[in-house]
Amino acid sequence: MNIFVLMKRTFDTEEKITIVDGKVSEEGAEFIINPYDEYAIEEAIQVRDKHGGEVTVVTVGNEDAEKELRTALAMGCDKAVLINIEDDVEEQDQYTTAKVLAEYLKDKNPDLILAGNVAIDGGSGQVGPRVAELLGIPYVTTITKLDIDGNKVTVIRDVEGDEEIIETSLPLLVTAQQGLNEPRYPSLPGIMKAKKKPLEELELDDLDLEEEDVEAKTKTIEVFLPPKREAGKILEGEIADQVKELVRLLRSEAKVV
Amino acid sequence: MDFTLPKEIEFLKENVRKFVKEVVDPVAMEIEENDQIPEHIIEKSKEMGLFGLSIPEEYGGLGLSMVGKCAIYEELGKTHNGYTTLIGAHTGIGTVGIVELGTEEQKRRYLPKMATGEWIGAFALTEPGAGSNAAALKTTAVRKGDRYIINGSKHYITNAVEAHVFTVMAVTDPSKGAKGITSFIVEKDFPGFILGKVERKMGLRGSHSAEIFFDNLEVPVENVLGKEGEGYVNALKILANGRAGLAARNLGSCIRLLEYCMEYAQQREQFGKPIFEQQAIQHMLAEMSMLIEVLRSITYRVAWMTDQKMRVVKEAAIAKLFGSEVYNKIADLAVQIHGGLGYMKDYPIERFYRDARITKIYEGTSEIQRNIIANELRKEYSKVRV
Ligand SMILES: Cc1cc2nc3c(=O)[nH]c(=O)nc-3n(C[C@H](O)[C@H](O)[C@H](O)COP(=O)(O)OP(=O)(O)OC[C@H]3O[C@@H](n4cnc5c(N)ncnc54)[C@H](O)[C@@H]3O)c2cc1C
Repeated sequence: MNIFVLMKRTFDTEEKITIVDGKVSEEGAEFIINPYDEYAIEEAIQVRDKHGGEVTVVTVGNEDAEKELRTALAMGCDKAVLINIEDDVEEQDQYTTAKVLAEYLKDKNPDLILAGNVAIDGGSGQVGPRVAELLGIPYVTTITKLDIDGNKVTVIRDVEGDEEIIETSLPLLVTAQQGLNEPRYPSLPGIMKAKKKPLEELELDDLDLEEEDVEAKTKTIEVFLPPKREAGKILEGEIADQVKELVRLLRSEAKVV
Repeated sequence: MDFTLPKEIEFLKENVRKFVKEVVDPVAMEIEENDQIPEHIIEKSKEMGLFGLSIPEEYGGLGLSMVGKCAIYEELGKTHNGYTTLIGAHTGIGTVGIVELGTEEQKRRYLPKMATGEWIGAFALTEPGAGSNAAALKTTAVRKGDRYIINGSKHYITNAVEAHVFTVMAVTDPSKGAKGITSFIVEKDFPGFILGKVERKMGLRGSHSAEIFFDNLEVPVENVLGKEGEGYVNALKILANGRAGLAARNLGSCIRLLEYCMEYAQQREQFGKPIFEQQAIQHMLAEMSMLIEVLRSITYRVAWMTDQKMRVVKEAAIAKLFGSEVYNKIADLAVQIHGGLGYMKDYPIERFYRDARITKIYEGTSEIQRNIIANELRKEYSKVRV
């Protein structure tokens, strides 16, 4: 089976984040594989181990992403591809990424493409579905279980806490939701082996794309941190008085009722 | 001069850091309570490849340089020291003898299973009557045809409960003193091997040290490790090889303690401001930081020298000695900075404080390290006439 994983390098949102000149500052930020993409990588490896074939992990980014690609190789992916568009494209958005990925994938005959449900930085959840649309193949998002039997695929998807069972067929693109699996840690022998696995670097030119073809369709107006959380209020006194006070505050201060 | 770790080692190190933080740290309290490392944690550590740290690649290990090993030991030192000791004793004194001195056949029989952690290793030198004076062993090995018959006992043997493979030192020729000692590879299911009582210790919970008895234990001749009569030298070599690694583990524990202290000092308020604002506290933290940097330098320098095949007897003893003294000093300061909380079992500081203490005793006491250093000095300075 010819399996591809779409992977993004993101900053770790559990670490401290600062904004400088309207951008998340790279200084002091920790970078990781987007956690949802980790599920996608793990699932890809499991599918390959069960059904045979090869897993290629692809990212659109700059050379810093090499480290995350190596991590994916250390987990067990067979090949890695870095599509480095840093020097060619100034403004990027989900359209850019999807267009580049689709262009790369279109003559690769993928049977299965896995991506994360969302990237924890932008949180748009668009890249997976857009790639599938551009390639003209079916897609299922937020999956928590994947069963492949020949050409037939049975997927369980998370719909806001409920489950939907979908039957579909290969070729297929799915996006991974938390709960799909428990991603493995890259083992130390895996890391040593990853050194010898192929990591290919491509640029826009290699995909026969011009900057105009992939230019962002959206504009970022402003980037800001969420407002600081104020300390909570603890009401005191008789329970009946507390309820009255609460309703009053909900009306006058929070203005929600 | 270049003080950076090779990129590839840095990458291994980061991944071990993540593993330790996400997998081992959360069960540290449980290990402490139950005196037992949960089975699934050991399984995950095996999958991670941690048991093959010191074994060459051709036998299924990682084939790391000493610098590489130290980088990983540093990360392992940041978590529960009982866990660190299980892996440290296995990958250190438990396997190094076979790696350095084993025949091709011995390596092929033992190392692949030790690299995966299926077989845990231990090192059995110390006896009730032979501690610092390791040449005073009483355990005997008498050749009978194609076997040796071993009789005697050992105590305080780390991993004795978990181990399958023991590097055992025994006297083959009592007339020759230190030159009459031979090392053997002993498996726990050889007839005559008896596991004795498990020691109750001050710390290092989850790591078990025990007595072992040899009652006409039969060892095939092909299990002699190295040459007959070289067991004492072998033991010293194996211990010397482990010293940089122990220093690296201590370095990791010290770094972790500084992290706990920095976090606490900035958050704990007394007299209307964080205790970090008190110069007395700042000076303690500065002291910790200074000791850590010096320890880091000596540890990696010894590791680098080892990789260059340089003689490191003095430097390794200095690293072992300094590393354990610094760890104890820093653990003491860490308890002080945490005040009453530093004394409480619900918080990790007192555990590090107890676990630090053993590092001045095992793998050669601080006094013995000083003896080694002085001995080396005598040799160095007898060559130059001033
Ligand atoms: C938790 C734990 C784990 C251990 N694991 C192992 C293991 O896996 N394998 C193994 O073989 N052993 C192991 N040991 C044994 C350990 O290496 C010895 O305890 C150590 O070498 C000291 O020996 P001893 O306890 O007999 O003390 P002693 O040798 O009796 O020392 C007592 C004191 O006298 C001092 N002293 C002795 N001789 C001199 C001298 N010449 N100059 C100056 N001072 C001296 C010592 O420094 C010490 O302060 C372990 C011990 C412990 C506590």
